[in-house]
Amino acid sequence: MKRAPLARDGAPLGPAWLRLGWGALLVAVGLLWLLPYLWMVVTSLKTLPEIVRAPTAPLPSGLSFEAYAAALEAMPFAHYLWNTTLMALLIAALQIAVALPAAYCLAKLQFRFRTAAFLLVVATLAVPAQVRFVPVFALLAEVGLVNTMSALVLPFGVSAFGTFLLRQALLAVPDALIEAARLDGASEIAIVYRLLPPLLLPALTAFFLFSFTYHWNDYFWPLVMTTDDQVRTLPLGIALLREQGTGVRWHIVMAGNVLLSLPALAVFALAQRHLLRAVTTKAR
Amino acid sequence: MALVPRRRTDPLWMLAPTALLLAVFFFYPLLHAVHTSLHRWDLLTEPRFVGTANYRSLWESGDLLHWTTTTVLFSLVVVTGATGLGLGLALLLNRPGRLVGFVRSAVFSAYVVSWVSVALLWLWVLDADAGALNGLLGFFGFEAVPWLGSPRLALLAVAGVTLWKIAGYGMVLFLAGLQDVPPALLEAAALDGAGRLARFWHITWPLLRPTTLFVVTTSLIASFQVFDVVRVMTQGGPVHATTVFVYAIYEQVFVNLRVGRASAAIVVFFVLLAALTALQLWAWTRRDPSARAPRGSHP
Repeated sequence: MKRAPLARDGAPLGPAWLRLGWGALLVAVGLLWLLPYLWMVVTSLKTLPEIVRAPTAPLPSGLSFEAYAAALEAMPFAHYLWNTTLMALLIAALQIAVALPAAYCLAKLQFRFRTAAFLLVVATLAVPAQVRFVPVFALLAEVGLVNTMSALVLPFGVSAFGTFLLRQALLAVPDALIEAARLDGASEIAIVYRLLPPLLLPALTAFFLFSFTYHWNDYFWPLVMTTDDQVRTLPLGIALLREQGTGVRWHIVMAGNVLLSLPALAVFALAQRHLLRAVTTKAR
Repeated sequence: MALVPRRRTDPLWMLAPTALLLAVFFFYPLLHAVHTSLHRWDLLTEPRFVGTANYRSLWESGDLLHWTTTTVLFSLVVVTGATGLGLGLALLLNRPGRLVGFVRSAVFSAYVVSWVSVALLWLWVLDADAGALNGLLGFFGFEAVPWLGSPRLALLAVAGVTLWKIAGYGMVLFLAGLQDVPPALLEAAALDGAGRLARFWHITWPLLRPTTLFVVTTSLIASFQVFDVVRVMTQGGPVHATTVFVYAIYEQVFVNLRVGRASAAIVVFFVLLAALTALQLWAWTRRDPSARAPRGSHP
C-alpha cells in the first residue's frame, strides 16, 4: 500500500511505471467494490433453470423479472418498507426531541451535577443494544409491548452520541444570543425548540442522517423484538427470504437484496455530502 | 461562560426525558442482567436462584474462552484491516478527478448499505458450489474453496466481508485527516530533497495519528459487537468457528432458552466493553497538542 503515490503532495505523479501502477490499482479497487453489486443485479435477472444450470454465467439469457415477482409475493413488501421507514423516522425524531433540551442544559446552564450528568450520558456508549436486549425484552413482554412499534422505538430514545454531538455544537453558540432571546420574553421551551434548531442545523442534519440510516439498516433489534409480521422490518424480511428453504433459488434472494439496497443507495446518492460529514464530525 | 437557569428546576425537566429513558432502558437492564445471571431461567417457568453456577459453567465448559478468542481474533483482523485498508485507499484516492471520485463513492457506499444486504451478497458470491468467486477460481484452473464451510476459513471470510463493508469508513476519516496536512510542509520537505516515503513517514503519518487512533478505537468497539454478518452468513458455524460473543448470547437466549447463562455472558461482555470504552476515552483525552506536530522527524 505504501507504493501508492502520496497524493496531496502537489508534486507531479512521478515516473510512468508509478502512474501506470496507480491507474491499475484504481481500476482494481473500483472493480472490487462494484462487481459484487453488479453480480447481485445479474443474478436477480436470471430464471430458476438458469440458476440451476449455470449459476456463474456472467450474463442472464434475457431480462426476466420473475425473481422480483417471487420476492414480492413471498412477503408484504410495502408493509415492511413502511414499518422500516416509520421506525427509523420515529427513532430519529424522538432522539432529537430528547437530546435537544439535554444538550442545551449540559452545554449552557449552570447547575450542580452538570459534569456528573454529562459523564453518565457518555458512559451509556458502553451499553449497546446487544447488552440490553434480554432484560428489555423481558420488561416489554411483561407489559405486552413485544411486536409493537414502541418496542422498536422507545429503547433508542436516548442517543449518547447525539446528545454529545449537539452539546459540542451548542458550545459554539454565543451565550449572548440566548440572553437576548430571554430578554425578548422567550420561554426556555421556545429557546430549546425554536431558537436553537436553525442554529444547530449542520449538527442536526448529521445526527438525523446517521441515526436514520443506522436504524433503517438495523437487523439485530427488530430480530429479537418481533415474532410476527406486525412491525417486522425490511432487512429482516429480506434475510428471511434466504432462511425459508429457498435452497438454490438465489435469484429470488438477490432480487430481494436489490430491493433492500436500492433505497439505501438512492439516499446515499442524494445525500452523500451530508453523510460524509456525519461520519467525519464524529472524529473531530 | 455558563448561563444561570431562570428557575432552579429548569435543568430537571430538560434532563428528565433523558434520565427516564436511561433508567428504564439502560440502568435497569444492567441490574436485571446481573440479577438474572444468578438464576436459572428459560423465559417460561419461574427463575430459580443458582448462585454463581452460570459463571462457573461459562468458565468450566470453555465457552467463555472460546467466544472471547473468536471475538478477539475477528477484531484483530478487522481493526488492522480497516485501518490499513482505510489509509491505503485514502492515499490512493486523495486526488481530484471524476473517476477517482466515483471509486471513492463506490467504496463508501458499502458502508451505507445494510449489513443484511452485504451479508446476503457475499453469501452468494462465496457459495461453495455455485458462487462467483469459486467460479472465477475454477476458470483459472484452481480448486473450489469452501470459504464458509471450513472451520479454519469461515472466521477469516466473515472478517473479510466485514472489511469490505467498513473500509470506506476508515477511508473517509483518513481522507479528512489528510486535508489537515499542510501542503506547505510537504513542499518544503520536497525542496529539502525528501522522497515520497520520507515525506509520508516523517510528516503525513505523524499528523494522521489522531485519525488513526480514532479509526482503531471505534472499529475495535464496533467489531466486538459484530452480529448481523454472522447471523446471516454462518449462524456461528461451522462447528462454532464463528461464534462470536454477541451471537453466543443470542443463541443462548433464543435457541437454547438459557437466559440465566446468557445474562452471565452479558455481564462479562459488558465488563469487556466498558474496559474498551474506558481505553477509548483515555486515548482520546491523551491527544495532546504536541502529538499534532511531528517530533524529531528531521535530525
